[in-house]
Amino acid sequence: MTNKFTRRVAMALAASAALMTAAPAVAGDWKPQKPVEMVIMAGQGGGADRLARLFQSIIQKENLASMPILPVNKGGGSGAEALRYLKDKEGDNHVIMATLNSYYTTPLRTDIGVNIEEFTPVARMALDTFVLWVNADSEIETLDDFVAAVKASGGEWKMGGTGTGQEDSLVTAMLEKEFDIKVTYVPFKGGGDVAKNLVGGHIDSTVNNPSEQLGFYNAGKSRPIATFTPERLAAFPDTPTMTELGHSLVYDMQRSFVAPKGMDPAAVAYYTTMFEKLNDSEEWQTYTQEKSLNPDFLTGDDLQAYFLDERSKHADLLSSMNEGS
Amino acid sequence: MELLGHLAEGFSTSLSPLNLFIVILGVTAGLFIGAMPGLGSVNGVAIVLPMTFIVPPSSAIILLCAIYYGAMYGGAISSILLGIPGASTAVATTFDGRPMAQQGKAGLALIVAAVASFIGGTISVILFTLFAAPLADVALAFGPAEEFALVLLAFTTFVGLGGDDVLKTIIMICLGLALSTVGLDLISGQPRLIFFDEPGFYSGISFLVLAIGIYGVGEILYTIETSKSAPSVTPARLTFRDLWYGIKEVNKLWKTLSFGSFMGFFVGMLPAAGATPAALMSYGLSKLMSKKPETFGKGNIEGVASPETANNAASTGSLLPMLTLGIPGSPTTALLLGGMVMWGLVPGPMLFIEQPDFVWGLISSLYTANLAAVLVNLALIPLFVWALRMPFTVLCSLVLVLCIVGGFAPSQKMHDVWLIVGFGVVGYLMRKADYPMAPLVLALVLGPLMEKSFRQTLISEQGNVLAFIERPLSATFIALSAVFFLLPLLKYAKRAKRSEGVAGEPAE
Repeated sequence: MTNKFTRRVAMALAASAALMTAAPAVAGDWKPQKPVEMVIMAGQGGGADRLARLFQSIIQKENLASMPILPVNKGGGSGAEALRYLKDKEGDNHVIMATLNSYYTTPLRTDIGVNIEEFTPVARMALDTFVLWVNADSEIETLDDFVAAVKASGGEWKMGGTGTGQEDSLVTAMLEKEFDIKVTYVPFKGGGDVAKNLVGGHIDSTVNNPSEQLGFYNAGKSRPIATFTPERLAAFPDTPTMTELGHSLVYDMQRSFVAPKGMDPAAVAYYTTMFEKLNDSEEWQTYTQEKSLNPDFLTGDDLQAYFLDERSKHADLLSSMNEGS
Repeated sequence: MELLGHLAEGFSTSLSPLNLFIVILGVTAGLFIGAMPGLGSVNGVAIVLPMTFIVPPSSAIILLCAIYYGAMYGGAISSILLGIPGASTAVATTFDGRPMAQQGKAGLALIVAAVASFIGGTISVILFTLFAAPLADVALAFGPAEEFALVLLAFTTFVGLGGDDVLKTIIMICLGLALSTVGLDLISGQPRLIFFDEPGFYSGISFLVLAIGIYGVGEILYTIETSKSAPSVTPARLTFRDLWYGIKEVNKLWKTLSFGSFMGFFVGMLPAAGATPAALMSYGLSKLMSKKPETFGKGNIEGVASPETANNAASTGSLLPMLTLGIPGSPTTALLLGGMVMWGLVPGPMLFIEQPDFVWGLISSLYTANLAAVLVNLALIPLFVWALRMPFTVLCSLVLVLCIVGGFAPSQKMHDVWLIVGFGVVGYLMRKADYPMAPLVLALVLGPLMEKSFRQTLISEQGNVLAFIERPLSATFIALSAVFFLLPLLKYAKRAKRSEGVAGEPAE
């Protein structure tokens, strides 16, 4: 036991020492030669999009990259478009991709010829949270109201979210299972679109991330009902968690960056250092506070292990859902 | 009154020497970026974004908007001179702009495009100033059903049954719709129509690739065949008198222009639509309402003016949901949104209340950007026209190079280049067989939007098709589409009745 422990510590020390000495040298070796494309797996205006653009702006403002970062939205087909694109970019040192959970769910659900194990993990920036929202004009104030209203609608309750099989639909399926309710799930291209349709009264509820709905919440147009988090969120101190209400529904979304297969290790080191600095920036730390994000930084092999672990969890989740419906 | 006060304060920001300089710089850069096929306002804004840290935030946003504006003006330039739309928003401008250039009236077409853009831009900025806050609610009222009805309207106004061969038009629309389904399904993420298992098809067929293939390569082939060695364009001259003549000509089109401006603004305001459908609708409507619809597509001034007014009006319109709702209506406004986030401005319902200085500074700068854009554009027209004096052999190869580069640049895949060549050859053959190309392009642009909103509506309404006519806004649009679709038929029937009036009722 002790033996194993010390060996591990020694390895970790050695690794970090190697990183500390090697990383600057390696990072110094390689620099982007042209603008770096930041592929976003979702449409414009959604949580993933806003976050990716925030990262881009901090990188630019703090001068963390020697070349501009260009965000490109490839939100089609629940992120399949982006995954395919990244696959085609094998060996390209000037592409990184901002991921969300569809990074594993989409290849699981659809045969698009993408294996995420092949991609190069770069950095996990945060875990995003989910909240159940309704329009502020509706009479629903509590979770019980919500469940009663959905039951009364006889399956015609419109729950808006991102593409079928993506996070929002998984959370919706979890809700359906837990409360034995049936909703009509309407897929949109991104969380921004969903937010607008909720406020415009075209859908009845959504499980958008806080950052996607916050603008309308501040304007008094959306109401949070309950959160899918272990603890209450600082931004909504009066909104109970599902767990508090006696339902063990917890789900979060990773916000990470990956690179194509076969990216030069020096380039990977460059981007990893860049995101490390980004993670330390004050602006990012304040943002995570305000927007209820959990800034849980992770890189390299640990991140890959996390991805694969999450993939198998989602595989179970998806198959249990298919049995249900 | 309060509004005027805000605006005056805004002007005090936007008329400062630094901001004026920035506006002129921005529109000039935008003009050239927009004029390059394959490079659009998105690229321009993206490249400049990081450089804006040297100026204060409000000036930075003003610079980005000026580039956005300039690129809208610039899109028309390559549409007219080369017949290749510089951006999807300028595709309708090629329909009449290119024939005008071939008739040696490139200068006039450019003047008309610039002036029409100015009018469209200005009217919509005024609308923006007056109604920004209440109009945000209109944008919210648009759900999937309304979006579908609007796109349908865009289709019918453009196609109708008049003008070209009806059967051929329908064939081309179907072909365009089929091409628009290539790639990954928007809703389920399943791959569709992946020809030969070629991975390039997963990302679908981009509008730009089709347009460059058909209008660029196809046009070159066609011109080579028809003109052999003779120059394709009579060398265009441009004098001050031409300029005056152009402005007078535009003046006659006030009806088209004001209509195009209003419609462009409203369509642009809807988060899903944007400037491309606005320009196409405006073109279709002015053709429909014209007394001489047969002259459209053959170098009618109105055919240049109407889409150009509408696309500029729409570009202002699409700033509205971005600022008031935080929802960008187009890729470029998404970048602007990113820029605003960068400076700690949070677009959304609270922006007008929390950051009035910024908002009004920006709005007032749209007025100056518009004026600067039209002046810079008019001043540079002689330079653009001069480019056409090149010998045809040189121009032709230059255009082909531009086509290939423009097609390769956005995706950087050879797949797209081969598609361009393929579309060019097919387009050339179809043109020889007298198939209209515009409906094909239109269907590819609007098809995905239409499919998505149609399916979203059906999903949320439990498959009830009547949902489209049960909602007042969408019902109105659908009724209008029906009218526009049948209008040419009615016209035809009326004419037939008149001529057969002597011989009694028609058999039908």
